[in-house]
Amino acid sequence: MTPYESALLELLQRDERIVILTAENRAALRNLPPLAGERFLDVGIAEQTLIGVAAGIALRGRIPIAHALAAFLTMRAFEFIRTDVGIARLPVKLVGGFPGFLSEGNGPTHQSLEDIALMRSIPGMGIFCPADEAELVLGLPSVVMAPQPFYIRYPNVPAAVKHTQEFALGKAERFGDPESPIAIFVYGLLLREVLEAQEILASHGIGACVYNLRTVVPLDEEALLNATLHARLLVTVEDHFRHGGIATMVAEFLTERRLALPVLPIAVPSRWVAAAPLAELLRHEGFTGEQIAERILAALPALGV
Amino acid sequence: MNPLAPARALELDRVRAVALQARQHCIEMAARGGCFLGAALSCVDILSYLYTTYLQLSPERLEDPERDYLLLSKGHAVPALYGVLAVLGYIPEERLHRHLQPEDAIYWHPNRSVPGVEFHFGSLGHGMAVALGIALECRLCRSPNRVVVLLGDGELNEGSVWEAALVAAAYRVEQLIAVVDRNRLQANMPTEELIPLEPIAEKFRAFGWGVLRVDGHDPTALHAAFSALPERPKRPSVIIADTVRGKGLPSMENRVDRWFCAIRPEELPALLAELHGGAAATLSSAGSAE
Repeated sequence: MTPYESALLELLQRDERIVILTAENRAALRNLPPLAGERFLDVGIAEQTLIGVAAGIALRGRIPIAHALAAFLTMRAFEFIRTDVGIARLPVKLVGGFPGFLSEGNGPTHQSLEDIALMRSIPGMGIFCPADEAELVLGLPSVVMAPQPFYIRYPNVPAAVKHTQEFALGKAERFGDPESPIAIFVYGLLLREVLEAQEILASHGIGACVYNLRTVVPLDEEALLNATLHARLLVTVEDHFRHGGIATMVAEFLTERRLALPVLPIAVPSRWVAAAPLAELLRHEGFTGEQIAERILAALPALGV
Repeated sequence: MNPLAPARALELDRVRAVALQARQHCIEMAARGGCFLGAALSCVDILSYLYTTYLQLSPERLEDPERDYLLLSKGHAVPALYGVLAVLGYIPEERLHRHLQPEDAIYWHPNRSVPGVEFHFGSLGHGMAVALGIALECRLCRSPNRVVVLLGDGELNEGSVWEAALVAAAYRVEQLIAVVDRNRLQANMPTEELIPLEPIAEKFRAFGWGVLRVDGHDPTALHAAFSALPERPKRPSVIIADTVRGKGLPSMENRVDRWFCAIRPEELPALLAELHGGAAATLSSAGSAE
């Protein structure tokens, strides 16, 4: 049993309403079917049906947790998510496998680099992007029991860091001094790289506070507002297109409040990324801790930081 | 006791009377800003039969977890549903007078806030999957609900219908019943001239479903078909109901340009007279395909 399977099993045992669904994406659920019994349903490679069925099950008062590859879940079935789950605000939980850079060797067809933008466009949809499986398990009960629909980016990566801070929806996990001149906002698997970048910056005598957003929606606006009071540079880091993810969210936040502050968005420009194992992919696209630190250091002289 | 048996005995006169009144509501909604009148009139008899006879449902049982479900996957036919719901006391008839008023939720597609509406359809190709989800959940609860989903024939162009049909057969969901409103016209043209659907029965049969085909305007035939369910034991069923777009108004029947229809208020009396057996009305106001 993986930690995620154990967490699901615990939820199944604790709450009769929970039903596990998959569109034949069983990588994260290998050991679960015999244990979940009738409360496990595999609809085959049929993402639209997955969502329609999940909506029907939720209409009857249950909490479906539906699994598919992130790219196909959020894009093939987008209109079903928006229409069946979104309009009715049904508490369907969507778990996208191999999101962002975790598509690794699959190439552009499997790269979900716009999933955050898409899910964020649906009113009432929450987004949970754990940094690793441990954080997924930590946040899962709150996300599953929340009354709204949620999209979860499933991270099958080893722990980035020991997560000691309590989990709450809309509350970022903070690493460092909140009064640092640089504030870095990150979600998902890149937390590990950003923490490495934070150390490199520290070795140059530059303090940076890292906010692991955990839930991208609801966004921790308190942390963001606090960062604007102290930081001279906001950095966003994400394995997502630069448009529509947290780079956009931070820009929207600043504009709405008429705050003028430099933002360095470290994200994927408008193109697909290379297909390679994660470590090589990160290096090729410029997202290793070292490269992130270099990009931040390069931005500093112009700001006089 | 057959778990798929109709809830009540057929009262032919009542089914027809409810349908006639519901048609009048549909025509009146077309005179209040227009509606998909042709598509609604083709399924009025099916809905009248289901609500008066087949479904274990009443205005008092809308929250009953063991109630039967009717899902209007061809959501644009909602005047027919609202007409029947109003006649049977699920919603006050006066509410239909608020058609297209922004303060209310009576518009061209069903809204779940209206009593009797189980889900907000309108985007075609969703009903089969949602109905399957409801039926699977009912089965999980060992609950006796039957889930009837009404599909348009043009809607069968959507791949998601067939995707869900495969899954329903795989899971042998006997309590799922699809009805195809087979009026042979989709938005702009005859179905067979665009993307031919026939043989529909064989398609569903090949997908593992039980199939029956009846005259969708004949309550006796509908009752016989629903009484014969399941056509294949432990399988979902589809009833292909042959219908006529615009049924009840000979001046509109089978016309491609009477899918959506806005009627001028001054034209309403002649159309209502036609509905009740008078001469065919001549309309100056244009209907439209898409």
